[in-house]
Amino acid sequence: MPPIVIGIVQVLFDGVAFGMLLFVMSVGLSITLGMMRFANLAHGSFAMLGGYTTTTLMRHAGWSFLATLPVSFVLIAAVSVVLERVLYRRMYQAKELDQVLLTVGIIYMSIAGAAYVWGPEPQAISLPDYLTVYRTVGWFSFSTYGALLLAVGTVLTLAIFFGLERTRFGAMIRAAVDDRRVALGVGIDVNRVFTITFAVGSGLAGLGGALGINALGLDPSFPIEYLVFFLIVVSIGGTAGSVKGALAAALLLGLSDTAGKYYIPQTGAFIIYVVMLLVMLWRPNGLFGRA
Amino acid sequence: MTAAEPARDSAPAPSAVADFRAQARWQWYEPLFWLGAIAWYFLLPTYLPLGTQILATALFALSLDLILGYGGIVSLGHTTFFGVGAYTAGLLARYGWQEPISCLVAAGLLAAFAGWICSFVIVRVQGIALLLVTLGINLVLYEAANKAYKITGGADGLQGIEFSPLLGMFHFDMLGRTAYLYTLIVVFLVFLVARRIVYSPFGLALRGMRENWKRMPALGAGLRRHGALIFVLSAAIAGIAGALLAESVQFVALDSLAVQRSVDVLTMLIVGGTGVLYGSFVGAVVYMVARDQLADLNPAYWYFWIGLMLVLVVLFTRNGVVGALADSAAWVQRKRGRGPAP
Repeated sequence: MPPIVIGIVQVLFDGVAFGMLLFVMSVGLSITLGMMRFANLAHGSFAMLGGYTTTTLMRHAGWSFLATLPVSFVLIAAVSVVLERVLYRRMYQAKELDQVLLTVGIIYMSIAGAAYVWGPEPQAISLPDYLTVYRTVGWFSFSTYGALLLAVGTVLTLAIFFGLERTRFGAMIRAAVDDRRVALGVGIDVNRVFTITFAVGSGLAGLGGALGINALGLDPSFPIEYLVFFLIVVSIGGTAGSVKGALAAALLLGLSDTAGKYYIPQTGAFIIYVVMLLVMLWRPNGLFGRA
Repeated sequence: MTAAEPARDSAPAPSAVADFRAQARWQWYEPLFWLGAIAWYFLLPTYLPLGTQILATALFALSLDLILGYGGIVSLGHTTFFGVGAYTAGLLARYGWQEPISCLVAAGLLAAFAGWICSFVIVRVQGIALLLVTLGINLVLYEAANKAYKITGGADGLQGIEFSPLLGMFHFDMLGRTAYLYTLIVVFLVFLVARRIVYSPFGLALRGMRENWKRMPALGAGLRRHGALIFVLSAAIAGIAGALLAESVQFVALDSLAVQRSVDVLTMLIVGGTGVLYGSFVGAVVYMVARDQLADLNPAYWYFWIGLMLVLVVLFTRNGVVGALADSAAWVQRKRGRGPAP
């Protein structure tokens, strides 16, 4: 095979894996933003906390990497419910600015807290052997870790779509996103639906943060560093809670970021920011958003 | 304002104008505030560099207050214009134009120009899209300055820049005396301009915009035109603040374009109070002094306290420190008005 084709396949593989990871991490933000118009900028803090849960369990309790993932999910979901009940719930009717400030405050506290507990240095984990090898299929070789990202990402994405499109609870979520007041009117307990959605979305962020430690890195600046990525996914995907839009945006972002790093490494994140700006100018409600 | 309200109801037109004039009148605490800034010079000679930074930062916060507190435009990327101003002054000095006052003017003009370009976009988006656009502009500029290290020095910043003595007479001394007084004078002059803007009919239209975005066009006010104008003015002031800081510390850090600084200045303004002019000064003093003290104790955890401050301000005060002060003053007055009832 000519090297250029191998390169393209490589970029596609890594890009889609990264995009899936981004989607899993940011889908919760997209839905909660659509349902409550609540701009939770601290979404990345949940992802970071998920990552630290995994590193702590592996280091101090000797757990295996895969076994820690469900724990990260459950723990972050639980933490987020507490935060939602104590802090966020008061802010749903507040101005956007107040929501931004509150969640920025939480980001700052989580950054300093993480630096206090786990130290400021980047965390590295030793993945099990079966996740560090490269497999070769025909002429194409890929890392098993990338394959794991792709597999978990695909399964979760399918599960999310099934849950939203085919279950009763998913229908309630969609109704609440479409029109909160009408949903309330037909007897849906929007607050309860929201709390559960928020918990699952945050848990997914935590799971993504844990799963992606070796792809995204993990240090106290994580919530700020990846905030832009989440915001891009949400904004390009549409700020009205379009899950399909978020998926498309995440894949687009994953592919363009990977391709950028592969082919023109010197431009850094520049291209992504410019693309985001252009999209926001062209369609302020997002590429796939409803006006 | 509350005291004048009954009068306004009985005879609308003349007393509304009088009411408006009364708002613009200087309050008793305003000269006190500026006298305090002068007193700093004599009483805290070892803290002059900190004082200079506080003043320049307060001016930056004031520029944000103009668009946020008065125009209702939320920006997550206002340091874009601060950075443009700082780099304008720094680059001019580096390439041989070292006269500080003209550098300041050039920085203000260039920042205004940048603001004018951005304003076309800003006035067309609202809500979360507005946050993203301002953040995006900030990020793009930061990356550009970071990559263009041949011009900007990249992550090392613009080092070794020097400015000629002020008016050909006053050297920027090591103790920062000239820098402090120079900054204080410029900040005061720009403050006067901002004060004039806020209490002008244009300022009233801005407040109308902030209060009710939909009703203002019905009164015949051009939202986009007003929004663009205040955005350009605000950008110019931010640019001047950036240039002031560059001139007083003789250095431009890449940090002056970092999104972190945009968030910091927003934090200061919120802690101080929006839409009251002095909120930006109070916020800058509280924030910078707290950082000066807390960072000594434990630099890495400074942001924990800032975060906590933000959360508490959002949850428990109506409008930052100034709002809390006004509320407690009103509370005391109410108590006194009711007389000595048990």
